[in-house]
Amino acid sequence: MTLPERAIIATRQEDDGVTLRIQGAAIGDRVYSGAITFFALCIPFLLLAIAWEIGSAGWPALHKFGFGFLTSSDGDPVQGEFGAAPAIYGTIVSSIIALVLATPLAIGVSLFLSELAPRWLRQPVGFLVDLLAAIPSVVYGLWGIFVLLPVLRDPVMPFLRDTLHLDKTGLFSGPAYGPSMLAAGIILAIMVLPYIASVSREVLLAVPRSQREAALALGATRWESIWGAVLPYARSGIVGGIILGLGRALGETMAVTMLIGNRPEIAASLFAPGYTMASLLANEFSEASSDAHLSALMAVGFVLFLITVIVNAIARWLVWRVR
Amino acid sequence: MNSRILLAILMAAVLACGGEHRAGTTDTATVRSSSGADLTGAGATFPYPIYSKWFSDYASATGVKINYQSIGSGGGIRQLTEGTVDFGASDAPMTDAELAKAKGPILHFPTVLGAVVITYNLPEITKPLRLTGDVIADLFAGKITRWSDSRIAALNPGVKLPQKDVLIVHRSDGSGTTYIFSDYLSTVSPAWTSAPGKGKELSWPVGIGAKGNEGVAGQVKQTDGAIGYTELAYAKQNHLATAAIQNAAGEYVEPSIESATAAAAGIGANLPANTDFRISIVNAPGAGAYPISSFTWLLVPRTIASARKQKQITDFLRWYLAKGEQSAASLDYAPLPQPIIAMLTSRIDSISAGSAP
Repeated sequence: MTLPERAIIATRQEDDGVTLRIQGAAIGDRVYSGAITFFALCIPFLLLAIAWEIGSAGWPALHKFGFGFLTSSDGDPVQGEFGAAPAIYGTIVSSIIALVLATPLAIGVSLFLSELAPRWLRQPVGFLVDLLAAIPSVVYGLWGIFVLLPVLRDPVMPFLRDTLHLDKTGLFSGPAYGPSMLAAGIILAIMVLPYIASVSREVLLAVPRSQREAALALGATRWESIWGAVLPYARSGIVGGIILGLGRALGETMAVTMLIGNRPEIAASLFAPGYTMASLLANEFSEASSDAHLSALMAVGFVLFLITVIVNAIARWLVWRVR
Repeated sequence: MNSRILLAILMAAVLACGGEHRAGTTDTATVRSSSGADLTGAGATFPYPIYSKWFSDYASATGVKINYQSIGSGGGIRQLTEGTVDFGASDAPMTDAELAKAKGPILHFPTVLGAVVITYNLPEITKPLRLTGDVIADLFAGKITRWSDSRIAALNPGVKLPQKDVLIVHRSDGSGTTYIFSDYLSTVSPAWTSAPGKGKELSWPVGIGAKGNEGVAGQVKQTDGAIGYTELAYAKQNHLATAAIQNAAGEYVEPSIESATAAAAGIGANLPANTDFRISIVNAPGAGAYPISSFTWLLVPRTIASARKQKQITDFLRWYLAKGEQSAASLDYAPLPQPIIAMLTSRIDSISAGSAP
């Protein structure tokens, strides 16, 4: 037997072994991929099951009160009348305040960390910002009651109202008791800041170096290159981060309940107490015993669920577009 | 094709595991119940501290373990109606509609008394503020908006009331405390009866909602000129300033364990023999009665399917009336007056074993 012949036989034998191994692996692969597919499908199924369960539990209220359920503000639990409008309004307004306050801060933080900060500072500062997301909601609420509210009551609210004369705008008028839409908005801003900041930082770090270099090569200053070349490139990713923060703000319960004043009323002034859907549920669910009341709460839950799902879907879509 | 078969096998396996698991839990449940530790109850949070003391004392005295979940009165009534617990507990008596939904008749057993205090933040005032029912109603309805109002001044001669705005603080979460308070206001003020009325949560005309006794007390403490209401036990433990309130006999009574028990005694003296104990004791007659007082109840089905559970429950009811009441005051709950304990003890015999009619 010549050497090449033996080599060929050896290769054949090895070949067989390899094929066998591939066949063995194929069964394992299929079991594995079947199992993984099953588990992956569990999650969307769970989502649909939750939506169905809440939706069908809330259906009697939606059916009975109709569209008016979403627009009526004269709820009276004693009479069995329920209107979700103040809670929907409060949810949206407190979230908007949160975004207005948190977005510039978060973008500033992420720009600093990705563009300006010296390397040794990036990690610790980034870590501390991310840490804000790890503080439990009830701790934010307690901090709000003992620190934020007294500061708002005096000097912040009187300063806005009397010194800056912002009461003429209608947004900053009325007595300064502390618990208010403004307090809820501020606490939400702190809570959503780490979400917006960490998404924005990732997106900014993903901007190709050539983008910055090209701008600098054209004679742009550092500021011009950030403003003209980096930010536009990262824009939709940052918007996605903001909307992710919005989704978080919409659903936040405990801290908001502790600071918003829980008054189901639509008031123009941000100094006035308000209500949100999440705090409505947290407040009323444990003692709701009549079917109509439970159903109304479920309907509120369903509306909140829909809004957060839609907001998160938009965020996903925007983040996908940037890639 | 193959992957679909695999998926089916996998699902079958998962389901089988789930089935086995469920069978396992039933087994342990049966084991536990045969060792005599299987009464479960759910409901009111307000009496939870005293109930948990009772259940733990009872377990060490008799070996019968009672598991109580303080999920709120509404939840307790729901669970009892659905038959998922052996007994319920509530700060408000069940309504006729709620009773009609239950599988069988439900008996109300008052356990201890709760009282609601009016707490306020007026640093200038050193001795308890005096208030009457209609003034409290008008304060919480937003009709009296300043502390210097002539009607408050008339009740407090010689007290210099500050020129401050009144800030109302009420509970935002559904609560037995709100129920008792609004029950009182509905009793003393015809205007309050029509609106906002009586309930565990109300449509409040004015003010700020805070979550829990601690939320209300915290907001009142922080705001000059604020007024709110909390449970007596909470107010005592936190040394809140409380108002003396005029009772049906015309006296100004400060909230205390004794004055709450006096309210129950005032009502108890005139109870018909066949009462179902779904009774309100707000604005009770009698000397020294604190007007914003209420029972809190255990809810027990009149017919209990299992003879063993029937015995366990009735034994416990006898125990709390004989022994438990004595320890109530140690946790700032007002005990029932003697005549009512005697009436309740004789009522335990009406709980029978067997299937519901």
